[in-house]
Amino acid sequence: MKATRTIKNAATYTGLILLAVFLMAPFVWMLFVSLHESKSPIPSMNVWTQRGTFGFLGREYAWVLPEVVPNVWHWDNYRFVLFMPDIPVFRFFLNSVFVTLVVVTGQLLVSSLAAYAFARLEFKGRDPIFVLFLLSMMFAGPVTQIPVYLIVRSFGWLNTYAALIVPGLSSAFNVFLFRQFFASIPKELEEAARIDGAGDLRIYWRVMLPLSKAALATAGAFSFFAVWTDFFWPLLATNSMEMRTLEVGLSVFRNSYGATNWPLQMTAAVIVMAPLLIAFLFTQRYFTRGVMIGSIK
Amino acid sequence: MRRRHGVGYWFIAPATLHLVLFALVPIVYALYLSLFKWDILKDDKPFVAFANYLTTFQDKFFWNAMWNSTRYTLVSVPVGMAVALLVALLVHQKIRGVTLFRTLYYIPAISSGVAVAMLWTYVYLPEQGLINATLKLFGHPGDLNFLNESAWAMWALVFMSVWTGLGPRMVLFLAGLVAIPNSLYEAADLDGSTRWRTFWKITLPMLVPTTFFVLVTSTISAFQIFTPVYMMTKGEPDRTTDVVGYHIYSEAWEKFHVGLASAKSFVLLVAILGVAYFQYRAMRDQLREYDAS
Repeated sequence: MKATRTIKNAATYTGLILLAVFLMAPFVWMLFVSLHESKSPIPSMNVWTQRGTFGFLGREYAWVLPEVVPNVWHWDNYRFVLFMPDIPVFRFFLNSVFVTLVVVTGQLLVSSLAAYAFARLEFKGRDPIFVLFLLSMMFAGPVTQIPVYLIVRSFGWLNTYAALIVPGLSSAFNVFLFRQFFASIPKELEEAARIDGAGDLRIYWRVMLPLSKAALATAGAFSFFAVWTDFFWPLLATNSMEMRTLEVGLSVFRNSYGATNWPLQMTAAVIVMAPLLIAFLFTQRYFTRGVMIGSIK
Repeated sequence: MRRRHGVGYWFIAPATLHLVLFALVPIVYALYLSLFKWDILKDDKPFVAFANYLTTFQDKFFWNAMWNSTRYTLVSVPVGMAVALLVALLVHQKIRGVTLFRTLYYIPAISSGVAVAMLWTYVYLPEQGLINATLKLFGHPGDLNFLNESAWAMWALVFMSVWTGLGPRMVLFLAGLVAIPNSLYEAADLDGSTRWRTFWKITLPMLVPTTFFVLVTSTISAFQIFTPVYMMTKGEPDRTTDVVGYHIYSEAWEKFHVGLASAKSFVLLVAILGVAYFQYRAMRDQLREYDAS
């Protein structure tokens, strides 16, 4: 019995590790290629031998490494890409940080404010309006892209931060998510505050939001990654170098600079990926939870 | 206690204003635009009634794009879902370190779409790309030009979508698996059911709502893919990867035919809603059975 379980576990781990290798290999490859000398040819699967001496032992060593592991590690690629003269990659980065922070904060506030009313307050037309929010989720995408562009253009916002920020300031999905969450909070908690004379705004801010940290973190994490990696809208809404976000900037970089320069292309890709990976490390538990909240309908 | 009812309107005002401005008005506006022949660079904008829809239905490149999206969806969604279910079963086991693997498997999904497209362009390169270089180790010439051959390009995009889409689908199936009561499995054990039979008779039927949700959301997003095509193939070779999301993009933003592009986007919307409804009809009996149980 115990032996079969050991074999079963070994098989499971083999499967898990093989899958992890399959999913991670391109990323590892990317990191190594980004450290090769600029303009150097693409590394093959061949191997090279590294020789040297251990300083403190005085003994010689030699081992073989695949060619993808660079001979000399060119960390200067990163400084070069971040501060290159003709393409302001660092500016793209600052744009992304600013736009993402404002959009995520705004979206959480605006969506949760509306969700509080849909979950707790009574007013005429409440349910039909909520249904409109739900329906709008189905119509997003290809149909609205042209009109939203024309509306933003008519406001004179093209190529400004307003164009990058305002269309993202609310999300029907988050309104839905917060409403579900607020509805699960027992009413007794706010009744006590109401007897103490608190108004709705105070209850929303002092009672509901502090109790909704999990929902805020989940929705915030999802928005963060959605806004940071959004490609289509910033591509349409901006046209000058200074207004590009990192995601669009990366494609500009590839098209105009690194089309065949694979090490620098991969350096730029790592620069875009690194903040995402770091953010994911801190928020990953909300991801597994958040997808679940979204599925309960 | 007296409560002012009007206060609700103040709470929903910002979100509703946003909804009207960036969702409701655009839908009506798009419908209006689809009735005009309008080149966005020019001022004149003649009313043409339904001529744009007629052009759409007669445009063989539009149907080529619809067909490309259909075959992309027909393969990438079922394969992606099957792989995700398999992986969910694998990481559902209570063994040490399994949460680490769940986290790792999610990473492709949170990655930048542009960076991933650049990365996979590299993976697919002939001779030096990751796949061809590996094939060479096994004696294959390694000269497969995945992104530039009509026979390969679409399947290269499909393969990549299984890789990027794994994480969220896996988590959804995992949530479904966690929700299945243990008592069902214990009862099956007592009846001497084999594991294979338990999977088909208990696990799968209990996953019906999850499967339905994953199917519909995956289909809708598969019909709209854009970034990989824009970055990796531009619809080439021979328009074999010209999916409808990219086709409408180039109609609107490369040819500037805004009216025609709006008409095409409505045809796409109706098609997507139709497919979602068809999927609901197809799974309705199973969903009812689940609700009854």
